This record gives sequence, structure tokens and C-alpha cells, in this order.
Amino acid sequence: MDHHTHSTAAPRELQMARSMCWHCQSEVAGEYFCDRCVKVQPVSKEVDYFTCMSLPRRLTIDQRQLETKFYELSRAFHPDFYQNKSTAEQTISLGNSALLNTAYRTLRDPIERAEYLIGLEAGSVKEIRNSPPADLFEEILELQDTLNEYRATDCTSETKSTVLAKLQAERELLEQRQRDMEAALQQLFIQWDRLQDRAEATDQARAERSRILKQMRENLSNRTYVKNIVSDLASTIG
Amino acid sequence: MVRIVGIDLGTTNSLVAYMADGHPHIVPGRNERTMVPSVVAMTDNGLIVGDPAREHLTRSPERTVYSVKRFMGKGLEDVQSELAYFPYQLTEQGGVIRIKLGEKTYSPPQISAMILKELKQRAEAHLGESITRAVITVPAYFNDSQRQATKDAGMIAGLDVLRIINEPTAASLAYGLQRKTQGTITVYDLGGGTFDISILKLKNGIFEVLATNGDTHLGGDDFDRQIADLFVREILEQQGLDLTAYPDHMQAVRLEAERTKIRLSDELKITATLDLPEGKGRYSRELTRDQLESLTRKLIERTLEPCRLALKDAALTSNDIDEVVLVGGSTRMPLVRQLVQALFGKEPHCELNPDEVVALGAAVQADILSGGTTDLLLLDVTPLSLGIETMGGVMSSLIRRNTTIPASAKEMFTTYVDGQTGVDIHILQGERELVKDNRSLARFRLKVPPLPAGVPRIEVTFLIDANGILNVSARDVRTGDTQSLAVKPSYGLKDDEVERMIGESYKFAADDLKARQLIEARTEADAILMATEKALKQGAHLVGEEDLSSIRTTITAVEAAKSGEDHKAIRAKMADLEKATHHLAEVLMDNSLKEALENKKLSEFSDV
Ligand SMILES: Nc1ncnc2c1ncn2[C@@H]1O[C@H](COP(=O)(O)OP(=O)(O)OP(=O)(O)O)[C@@H](O)[C@H]1O
Ligand SMILES: [Mg+2]
Repeated sequence: MDHHTHSTAAPRELQMARSMCWHCQSEVAGEYFCDRCVKVQPVSKEVDYFTCMSLPRRLTIDQRQLETKFYELSRAFHPDFYQNKSTAEQTISLGNSALLNTAYRTLRDPIERAEYLIGLEAGSVKEIRNSPPADLFEEILELQDTLNEYRATDCTSETKSTVLAKLQAERELLEQRQRDMEAALQQLFIQWDRLQDRAEATDQARAERSRILKQMRENLSNRTYVKNIVSDLASTIG
Repeated sequence: MVRIVGIDLGTTNSLVAYMADGHPHIVPGRNERTMVPSVVAMTDNGLIVGDPAREHLTRSPERTVYSVKRFMGKGLEDVQSELAYFPYQLTEQGGVIRIKLGEKTYSPPQISAMILKELKQRAEAHLGESITRAVITVPAYFNDSQRQATKDAGMIAGLDVLRIINEPTAASLAYGLQRKTQGTITVYDLGGGTFDISILKLKNGIFEVLATNGDTHLGGDDFDRQIADLFVREILEQQGLDLTAYPDHMQAVRLEAERTKIRLSDELKITATLDLPEGKGRYSRELTRDQLESLTRKLIERTLEPCRLALKDAALTSNDIDEVVLVGGSTRMPLVRQLVQALFGKEPHCELNPDEVVALGAAVQADILSGGTTDLLLLDVTPLSLGIETMGGVMSSLIRRNTTIPASAKEMFTTYVDGQTGVDIHILQGERELVKDNRSLARFRLKVPPLPAGVPRIEVTFLIDANGILNVSARDVRTGDTQSLAVKPSYGLKDDEVERMIGESYKFAADDLKARQLIEARTEADAILMATEKALKQGAHLVGEEDLSSIRTTITAVEAAKSGEDHKAIRAKMADLEKATHHLAEVLMDNSLKEALENKKLSEFSDV
């Protein structure tokens, strides 16, 4: 492989707005099926996952409602039900199902949901940070040293168990840290949703929104950083 | 709508099922046995499949293929460590294993196609209609190459493979349909060659797989090897006889090992016996269930880690599992049940026949596809992460394992050098960080218009369809043009090769029926001839010269007909032979009855 760039940002390119049925050319009034010829219609690339799942664009969602909608749309789109249909319909069914599955997977998980929503509001958040968050800097550096020491000492030596104990304590600390970050995020989610519910168009509300967005973004990438460290640690010490 | 059948193409046994009156049914064989042993033998009279082929395992081991599923989608280096266990000769060509039978070599999909054809003919005979469409099951943990190989096998057999579905999920369909279960269930499937674990949520007719894991190289075959190795070792120690030099005896050892293992599921000790070559008499040895369990415990314990991983991926603990369902012949082993019960903390269900439930589920899925069943829907996942090679030999993951399928991911590619006209893409499957530790699936070269570096933008879509099989397409974002890709599989047959094999198979199919009837007549004639020889040895002195000469002339006539091409002529001569030997058979019967009676008297006498 030569070169490639990641394209994690939500596809921004504009597709021709879908206004006509691909099959009978009538105006499509139905959501996913043409009102006239009842053929399945491709879900537009512009539809965001919240709209696709008939959910308000919020960070706290009704999981049951999400699941019910997912099952309902699966029954509408799944390739199993297009076996006797035309190739065009089969292709649409496949594309719609894949999109539906991605939408469900993204919204089901609170972190992915937040990352996705922030991406919708303000562009991608998936830039992975490679330096520790400021308040963790010292701690992480020390941890790296301890880890190196652990890897270098041979299994039988006595220092090994001391180092291991230290690492385990560190791991618990970091796990607690991750939980704290998630709790803080949860608070931010609630604040954000309230703000959206009020739907104020004042300058103050706008400023508040961008403050919360920025903070969520910061917290999310810190959390990802800590989570990766924890799982590295877990795979080293078992 | 043309009927679609469901096929369980197993390592050890294969079955075909169909749907009628809202219920799945297995197609029975001629002797009411539902399973077709997955064995293919090349005999002097042609290829044979199933039960009759099984008999050739010890007769002509180098030309009798079993467990071919272990080779599907594999290269020779993948099976290097177990080559010694297989009496037939394996080679490789174009990244695909080839099996040498007589003068020709066959790819694993071709051998599997022979088994599929046998099932197809069974179904046709039973249902009285032509069968051309099928759903075929594969282990859930099969990778893309193994799935593709299975699809190829179907095509070579003249079947339109409408869907590849996972064995444990198929089982859950049959199970859920019958028991109307709701909740979270785990299917633990341990067969002849593979192990799968799947965790599903069943709700209002939706069967949603939450996670799957497994080992495509762990099953009853491996338990048999542990026992066989023990026998071979002991024979070497006690008799100084190295059985590995005798392929026919090695097969007998393998079969006796399996028989012993199976009996030990019901009994606590069994005596295994083997005839030895070189006039070394017999080897006989008692094996207890405890001994079997210490031989196999490590292997069985290897199934537990995939179970834990699947639970973890589903974000569940064993307490969240409402029911555990056992599938596959090897789950009849008490130790398997015990360990599964300990892990999940509840008694597993096994009221459905573990041999048949996968094929039954495949028939249910077939009925969903044909529009018969409309209230059930299976949402399966891809078992392995899919990614591409990036700089430094690292895999960058695009679709994570346990993602619901169909699943797609898009990736944008550009160039680093002015005027660069191509980008090479290497597709991988697996969970490890480095490319070399994962499975190479395929490579292709993306065509790029010669432009300054960084300007071209080619969007590649990786789509895993409902079969769990990858489709790749590419689009130039600047022009909107799509480009067709020549994807070169790392471990699969090339398209033109499959075409050729389908062609060959059709050519055969034309004379297939005639050839089959001829092969069957010849095989049966062989059996009669052998039986007659044996009868003559035992009882020639009991009948008159007239009888004997008439038997001898009909034997010659049967042999002559056998070398001809007309199966009816062979059958006619066989009937003559049966008439000619009628008297001899009667006399022998009387004689053996008499002997039996005399023996009985003797034994009664000695009992007194
Ligand atoms: N009573 C029994 N006790 C132990 N093992 C058994 C018993 N009955 C069958 N087996 C074993 O089960 C295996 C066959 O099981 P099954 O027919 O489910 O496998 P398969 O579907 O052909 O294989 P796979 O699913 O791995 O491709 C063989 O190894 C056989 O020895
Ligand atoms: Mg099986």
C-alpha cells in the first residue's frame, strides 16, 4: 500500500437532493418507499443518523425507541427481503442496510453518539491526541517509566512483583480517572441537551453552546487517551 | 418461486433440509440415515461420496478425502503442522491447496462440490423436482477466503448460493422457531473440525447476533488425534511397530479412536482393538472416560476463552445469558457439557438433535429468502475486523469485528508523488496490530489519473454483504467515475478458474446420471463378487459340480459386463449370479445354523 488519508469526517460532499422516485419518477412523498410504486428509495447521504432513526438530535436518547426503530427499519431494508426483486432494488437495500447498521451502532454508544453529534455541529473530533492531557502529564510519564522497568526486569526477580503492584495501583487510579471523566461528560451532555431544548437564538446562548462543545471535545479526547493507556496497561500486565 | 434448500456442509457430516408446512425437514437418505459423511473417494470405477466412500478410508486411504473443510480457503503453509495426519497428497497452486487423487488434482471447493452434488441429488430424488438454489452454512468464525471458497463450491456443484449463513445462527433460527424463545441466548457449536460461539438477542422474531467468536481449527477431529497418537505410541513401544508407515492402518486407528471416543460419552470404559500389520496380531487397550478427559481437557478448555471474549464484546456477563444451546456432535461429550455449564452457570439445552439443527436452520433461512417466512429476520455480524495495510506494516482497521452486516466503510486515497498513476491496496482480516499477524485477503491496484501529488481523490468503499463476504468498489471523487477493480484473492480460486471448474462440472453433469448408475452398478457387482468368492471358499465342497460350474460362468459374465459401459447389463448379470448362487447360499445358511446350534448345545452343556 502506498498512501492513504483517513476520512473520518462525516461526508460533507453534496449529493443531488433526492426529489424523485428512481423508478417511476414521481415525487416521493413517503419516507423510504415511493408512495406511487412502493419501490424502496435510497436513504439520502445528507440524512443524519438522528433523523434516520426519528430521534431528536440530543445526547441523551431513549434506547428502547432507538432499538424499536432499528428493528423496524431492518425489516424494511434487509437484503433478505429483496431476494426476488430487481438488481437496482437489491443494491438500494444493501446500501440502506449498511447505513442503518452504522447509524444504530453510532447512536447506541454514548461516546460515539457524542463524537458524532459534535462532528455534526462543529466538524470531526476524531483527531487522536498523542500527548497526555496537561493535568495527567507527570503521572503518565512516570507510568511509562514504570512500564519500561516492568518489561526490562526478568520474571523471577523480586522487584518484578513490586513493580507489578505499583502498576496495578496505577491502573486502578486511571480507571477511576476514566470513570470520573465519563461522569463529567454525562453532565456536559445534560447541559447541552437543555440548551438545545431551550432553542434560544441569543448571542449568549450561542457562546454557551460553543463553550460546551469545546469542553466536550476536550473531555472526549482526554478520555480516549486515558482509555488507550488503560488497555495498553491491561494487555501488558494481564 | 423456485424452492431453496438449506445445506449444512460439515467437516464430518453434511445434510440437506427443506421447508414444508411452516416447518423445516431433513431430507433422508436411502437407508433413512440423514447425514452424508463428508467423504469423497476416487475408486477404479469413478468418484463416490458419503457412506460408500467412507468404506474406502481404510481400503485406499491415499485416494479417499475426508475433513476437506479444514482446507477451504487455505494455503499449504496454513496446514503444514498437520500434513502428517492426512494420507492423501496435498500440493499448492496459486495460493490454493490442491489434493492429488490419481492422476488429477482437485481444489478443496471441487471436493466440497462433490459432496454438495450428492446432497442436491438426494433432495431432487426426495422432492421430485430439480434443485438449483441453496443456502449453505459455514462456521461463524470463517474468514472471507473460507466463505468465498464455500460459495465457489456451490457454484461448481451447479447451485446458485443465495446466502452463506453462520452455523450457530442457523441453529438459533431452528431453535428459536421451535421454542418461541425470547431473550439472550448463547449457541455453543463444537463439531468435527470447528468451534463457534455466538451470543444472540431474540426479540419479536428478530435474531440479532451481539457477538461471535471461535476457532476454525478445533473439533472432534482433534480429540480423535489425541487418542490415535496414544495408540500409535503404545504400539511402537510394545511391539516396536511404527504404524505411521501404514496409511491404511493409520486410518483404522483414527476410526477406532473416534469410535472409542463416541462410546465413552455414554460409558465409563471401552476396549479399543486394532488388527496390526506384519503378523503382529492385535492391539487391544482399555480406555476409561477419565483417561479420555485428561487427553482432551486442554483442547476443550481452549473453547472457553472465545466464550469469554464473545461475552466481553457483547458487554454481557454469563448472568445475562438466559439459555445456552448446544450444537454439534462433540457437545455430546460429558466434559464439554460440564465445562460449558460451569462457565455459564446454567444447564445447557440439548433437546434438539445437535446433528440436524444447523441444516434445519438453513432451511428456515432459505424460506425467509424465498418469501415464505416473513416474520423472522436474522441480523448477523462479521466475526473478524477488516482493514488495510498502512505504512510500517501496520493494519488500519475499517470495520470492527462484531459489526452488524451488511456493513460498509469508506476510505479516501490520494498520492504522494506527482504523476503517480496507481495505489496498491492490501486488504486484511484479523485482530492483531501488525499486518504479518493478520490474514491477507486480497490485493488490488487503484488506478489514479496522473496529477500533482495530493490532488487525486479516490474513494474506496469496502462493503461486507449479508453473506459476510467483502465487496470493494472505487469512485473518483473529482470526476464521479466509478472504476472496476481487479481484486486478486490471496488464498482463493481466480474467477476464471472457478468458471473452468463449473464448465468441467457441467460437462460431467451431462453424463452424470449415466455415470452414477454405472458406478453404483459396478460397486455393487464388486460386492457381490467378493461375497461369492467368500461363499465359495467356505462351501464349495457342499454343492455339486453342476452348481459350481454355473456359478463360475456367471462370475465371468458379471466381470465382462462390469468392464462394459451398460449398467443395465451389469445388473442383469448380477441377477443371474444371484440365481446361480441360490443353492450354495441355502446350503451355507443351513450349515451355519447347524453350527450355531451345535455351538449353542456345547455352550449350554459347558454352562451346566
Ligand atoms: N456421542 C458422541 N460423543 C462424542 N463425540 C461425538 C459423538 N457423536 C459425534 N461425535 C463427534 O462429533 C463430530 C461430528 O459432529 P458434527 O456432525 O456436528 O460435525 P460437522 O458438522 O461435520 O463439523 P463442523 O461443524 O465442525 O464442520 C465428530 O468428531 C464425531 O466424532
Ligand atoms: Mg457442524
